[in-house]
Amino acid sequence: MKQHKIFKGGVKVPHYKHSAKTATTIMPIPDIIEIPMQHHIGAPCEPLVKIGDSLLVGQKIGDSDKFVSAPIHTGVSGKVKKINTVLFPNGSKVKSILIETDKNQEIHPDVKPPIINNKEDFIKAIRESGLVGLGGAGFPTHIKLNPPSDKKINYLIINGAECEPYITSDYREAIENTEDIISGIGNVLKYLDIDKVLIGIEDNKPKAISELIEISKTIDKIDVVSLNSKYPQGAEKMLIYALTGNIVPAGKLPLDVGVIVLNITTVAFIAKYIKTGMPLVKKRITIDGGAIKTPSNIEVYVGTYIKEAIQFSGGFKEVPGKVLMGGPMMGVSQFNLEAPILKQNNAILAFNKKQSVLQEQTACIKCGRCISACPMNLMPVYFDIHNEYKNVDELIKLDILSCIECGSCSYVCPANRFLVQSIRSGKELVRARGNKK
Amino acid sequence: MNNKLSVNSSPHLKDYISTPNIMLDVIIALIPATIISIYLFSYMAAIIISVTVVSSVLFEGLYNMATKQKQTVGNFSAVVTGLLLALNLPPAASSIWLGVVGSFVAIILVKMIFGGIGNNIFNPAIAARVFLTVAFSSQMTSWLSPGVDGISTATPLALIHNGIITSNLDLFLGNIPGCIGETSALALLLGLGWLLIRKIITLDIPLTYVLTVMVFALLTGQDPIFHLLSGGLLLGAIFMATDYTTSPMTRKGKIIFGFGLGIITMGIRLYGNLPEGVSFSILFMNVLVPLIDRYTLPKSFGGLKKKNA
Repeated sequence: MKQHKIFKGGVKVPHYKHSAKTATTIMPIPDIIEIPMQHHIGAPCEPLVKIGDSLLVGQKIGDSDKFVSAPIHTGVSGKVKKINTVLFPNGSKVKSILIETDKNQEIHPDVKPPIINNKEDFIKAIRESGLVGLGGAGFPTHIKLNPPSDKKINYLIINGAECEPYITSDYREAIENTEDIISGIGNVLKYLDIDKVLIGIEDNKPKAISELIEISKTIDKIDVVSLNSKYPQGAEKMLIYALTGNIVPAGKLPLDVGVIVLNITTVAFIAKYIKTGMPLVKKRITIDGGAIKTPSNIEVYVGTYIKEAIQFSGGFKEVPGKVLMGGPMMGVSQFNLEAPILKQNNAILAFNKKQSVLQEQTACIKCGRCISACPMNLMPVYFDIHNEYKNVDELIKLDILSCIECGSCSYVCPANRFLVQSIRSGKELVRARGNKK
Repeated sequence: MNNKLSVNSSPHLKDYISTPNIMLDVIIALIPATIISIYLFSYMAAIIISVTVVSSVLFEGLYNMATKQKQTVGNFSAVVTGLLLALNLPPAASSIWLGVVGSFVAIILVKMIFGGIGNNIFNPAIAARVFLTVAFSSQMTSWLSPGVDGISTATPLALIHNGIITSNLDLFLGNIPGCIGETSALALLLGLGWLLIRKIITLDIPLTYVLTVMVFALLTGQDPIFHLLSGGLLLGAIFMATDYTTSPMTRKGKIIFGFGLGIITMGIRLYGNLPEGVSFSILFMNVLVPLIDRYTLPKSFGGLKKKNA
């Protein structure tokens, strides 16, 4: 097996992969789903439907003419009940389409395998599928797969690290959908000129590694690499370094070092879409956390309310104190259970009251643990101090915008400093300065 | 379910480490030195240690009450300061009141009025020891040889000034005159082992410090083992120079810090009027920490250049 490099810093987090062993169950269609017009990084979509419209499965219901965006489809048939507004936890308001489902699931005539003759067709098909990065960030995939023609791509990296505790949805994809992963890679290789494919998976998932090795052993171009289980192994820059030894310069993209990174579920979806033409309307999510009765993976329609997904999984065993969309290290805490599940969502975690207690901040003792833990080799302790005094020059000098907000610094801080929070606030100060100039 | 959910910035997971945990680990690491000091210097050591620790905690508690600040004695840092200060005192009866005065200096003057834990410029125990050495020099040098009926004597570092050599084995075990906690290298090394296992400190500072001292000794024709084991070098290198707040945060900074400590310590030992230079070297290097931190900023991963100054 190919050797890999070990990135500096990072933390050993507990794995808590309770849901790894159980196969994915499929959640029945709920009575109502609500699909927001933004799941991805970039411009929100505009609704293409109006109140009272009848919808069929796979129908496009939102799109945008902006470059960085991805269309949105419905996975259920039914009637548009309302054009709503959802408040995201980051404070932004986004339009959403409330659909009353009829459960007939009649398929829209547009849903048919795309005809692809060349790279342009391929990129267009990916865009029409509504695919975004399914690892959590939600960057539109068709943009990633369309690098400027002067950039030579040496490596396609498939990110199966899944370094966040609890989450096993990518792991289940690797076990349950191994063939789609390999044929999705094949689709990408067919239309893009790429020398080598590296599938990176943390060594705490030996079964996924062995199955992928088994299925890809006849393909010379594909190497499966077992990575050490260290958080944030799945962060793009860390993963690229671990697998290729290349360091993405500050402010640059993986493309600039000749790399495209796709999440393992994302690449598997490409194969599914090319086979069936069914856009991205369903998602496997991990349901876990101290307040959850049965940790499991379930397949849900995008737009399903968190509350109903949890109920289907077996419900709560304790009163939830905090509900997260995503993993415990980078996930976003939700203010209510009526939030709809998004495309790029890979887990819903419900913490019990005890897990939700926020430790009080105490004085920084300058121990330097945050510095040792930072995989980007930054100095979180100074971000905390300079943010407090709004010292923007220092924040810029210390390269605050390079922070990937992985949370390793806060994780190890003995004084419970809210370092990531300070860094986010500091980044806003820096951006506000930039906007003024 | 009408139940409020808490919302906060990620991460939502935290490891077990906390300031009180760290302080407890330091206290555990000091237990061997404490036990040996009581064994060597009998009940006198026990009294000095108890009085100094209790007065340190009291001073911190009273200061917080007087200034209406949040009580901080629960983080055990005052216990560590008191214990370290006690281990830095000579095993004589006068050390009982020296411990109280020293605690006042360490806790109130050096730590609390600078903003409390994390904000002090000098290591409190070291600053107090230096204050006591200067202000009460005869009491601070009333060395006794180990034992219940210890007789007045001089320390190995003072003796070697007069050409009298102490055996390295005695130095290692601690069977020598000196401050109550600094004599037994063995006990201090056990403490070092604990701190390393628990990942409280790294070897960067102690190792650079000690190696610099030993190389300096070799180059000037002295016995490096003698210089390693005598005086407060190991106590200082393991427990005092590694104090988080008053030492650099980056690895490079720690190595520069350790090197500076070694040079100053040996400079004082060999060319100064004082027999021992560990305390003064730590105090001096403490002042340089902000400067060292500033000039050892690491290059960010993928960053183009170092961001100095």
